[in-house]
Amino acid sequence: MLDDLLDFVPKIPISEGTKWFTDWLTSTFAFLFDPIKEHFGNFMNFTSDTLVSIPPVIIIIIVALIAFFISGKKFGLAAFSIVGLWLVYNQGFWDHLIDTLTLVILASVLSVIIGVPFGILMSKSRIAEAIISPILDFMQTMPAFVYLIPAVAFFGIGMVPGVFASLIFATPPTVRFTNLGIRQVSNELVEASEAFGSTGAQKLFKVELPMAKATIMAGINQTVMLALSMVVIASMIGAPGLGREVLSSLQRAQVGSGFVAGLGIVILAIIIDRITQNMNKRKKAS
Amino acid sequence: MPVIEAKNLSKVFGRNIKQTLKLVDEGLTKEEILKETGNTVGVNRASFSVNAGEIFVIMGLSGSGKSTLVRLINRLIEPTEGNIIIDGEDLAKMDKASLRNVRRKKISMVFQNFALFPHRSILENAEFGLEIQNVPKEERSEKAKEALKAVGLGEYMNQSPGQLSGGMQQRVGLARALANDPEILLMDEAFSALDPLIRKEMQDELIDLQSSMQKTILFITHDLDEALRLGDRIALMKDGAIVQIGTPEEILVNPANDYVEKFVEDVDRSKILTAQHIMKRPETVNMEKHGPRVALERMREEGLSGIYVVDNKRNLKGYVTADDALEARKKEISNLEEILTNNIPKVDKDTAMNDIFNIIHDSPMPVAVIDDGKLIGIIVRGAVIAALSGDGEVNLTNA
Ligand SMILES: Nc1ncnc2c1ncn2[C@@H]1O[C@H](COP(=O)(O)OP(=O)(O)OP(=O)(O)O)[C@@H](O)[C@H]1O
Ligand SMILES: [Mg+2]
Repeated sequence: MLDDLLDFVPKIPISEGTKWFTDWLTSTFAFLFDPIKEHFGNFMNFTSDTLVSIPPVIIIIIVALIAFFISGKKFGLAAFSIVGLWLVYNQGFWDHLIDTLTLVILASVLSVIIGVPFGILMSKSRIAEAIISPILDFMQTMPAFVYLIPAVAFFGIGMVPGVFASLIFATPPTVRFTNLGIRQVSNELVEASEAFGSTGAQKLFKVELPMAKATIMAGINQTVMLALSMVVIASMIGAPGLGREVLSSLQRAQVGSGFVAGLGIVILAIIIDRITQNMNKRKKAS
Repeated sequence: MPVIEAKNLSKVFGRNIKQTLKLVDEGLTKEEILKETGNTVGVNRASFSVNAGEIFVIMGLSGSGKSTLVRLINRLIEPTEGNIIIDGEDLAKMDKASLRNVRRKKISMVFQNFALFPHRSILENAEFGLEIQNVPKEERSEKAKEALKAVGLGEYMNQSPGQLSGGMQQRVGLARALANDPEILLMDEAFSALDPLIRKEMQDELIDLQSSMQKTILFITHDLDEALRLGDRIALMKDGAIVQIGTPEEILVNPANDYVEKFVEDVDRSKILTAQHIMKRPETVNMEKHGPRVALERMREEGLSGIYVVDNKRNLKGYVTADDALEARKKEISNLEEILTNNIPKVDKDTAMNDIFNIIHDSPMPVAVIDDGKLIGIIVRGAVIAALSGDGEVNLTNA
């Protein structure tokens, strides 16, 4: 009896609607998705092939040098990079590491390219903020697995849908922190730039973005880490890399190789995190 | 012709502004309007004009609308009503591009908390206004350097703002404002964040700069002392409205209403003016170099009956009278020390005028003004009387 109270309408077809919408997107924008899949896929393969063809020693040295200089000429991070990357190589996971790195870098770069302008838009307009904010919440709280489904629908399987899913999952922090960073710029500084007759663009590029840089970098750091955490999940739709090793170990209950692949991800995460964090600190100090 | 003219300038913060303006017309107070509508009257029908080369001070308590008013002048805040005439053009009606141009060429602003850009060097900060106008790099850095030199910061060009003290930072703020050679300077509590000593120094510096540059300055302060030292004219604000405009003397002598009177009542002139405001440069002889002959000669030149005696370091030693010096010359005494009178009428440089009056009353010599044992000036009786009556020449710049 009481249950009838809740059954006053039949089930709302959200899932059907979503399916219909995705199908519609897929077929309508096939002309867009297909070339993206093809060209971007080629580009990614090219990138990872190029990186793989470079002798590991050279890459290790380059990473160590970057780590050394960016951490203010300290040896800690550089030493860790050398040992860590060598260990991955030693375990026979080098190629997977490069695949993962390619995926993370491309997803992060795209996230930043897309995220920063949206962050700026949000900071400039209350309406934009009111619209974008809930979308960001949605993007971040929806379980990441869910993104895999439309990703496959649009782009098939492989690296490209992996990047797409990472993009959706990892972009929000960059948008949020860009917005926050710009809004945090002290009112007096904004007034100062306006009082001297800045145009909107001058104000943005000469005052707001430079002042917000540290905050934006913190957002980018988070974005990169999220992209990396998406790596394992994206391997479910065929994205290559360390994640796929973790997944296949899981499926075959091989605790040993699963641990090693996981360790590789941890090592990569630490190196990337410290490097992006130090970029942030350097900006702050100057 | 005035450089800045504000006519019936109003600013209401909030929604449904028309209705609020009606209430203003009906004479409701700011508080009543806030209660009734939730809107704040920031500035209420302010009218004033500032002449070329004038320092016009706007003074009022916190929340009286000073910052809002000064931001209406360069339209950082959009006026709700009224006109802002700068050089005959109405800023309130101007389109964005022309407004930008006025801000670039004619009006600069100095901020309470300096508002320097921390990611730029001192020089780059000073260049900002010119950079915005796309002035070529070389030209703008040359002009910025000149401005920095004018405020005494020639040495610090490549430092970053955080490395400088507050006073120096505000000099940079001033240099940045001066670099594009504007007609008008808007200064919103520019010195309020500085500690008192530095603050006085900056006030002096502004007056010095002003004497050579002749800008038109709109200076905001909540400090009467500062207003009196800087202002050619002062406008007093209360609840967004201007309640009196006048010269410092007019404000002190004829407060327009109770509010102004309260503001000025504890700054009775005899209290705010101290010895250093009314002193003159002293004539002296140096006892380590000069004898009675030189002393006599000086006194004859200046028409004095006595002269103060100092040592090499300007420490005050006493004075000699003309009579004593004549006597000494007759007796062939060559040393001033022997004829020195030690009973000196002296005051510290910060002595209030009230107290000087009592000393000067029965003193044979002008009163000596002392700073840390050194003679820095003398006060003649006439100066005290003139200053007390309000029409004497008072060098407020000296303090
Ligand atoms: N953006 C704003 N929105 C709403 N009310 C405002 C805004 N800016 C100022 N006000 C109000 O306008 C009135 C005048 O403020 P204003 O800052 O001009 O005062 P002030 O004289 O500069 O004070 P202070 O000495 O504290 O700087 C105050 O009541 C203030 O609360
Ligand atoms: Mg203020």
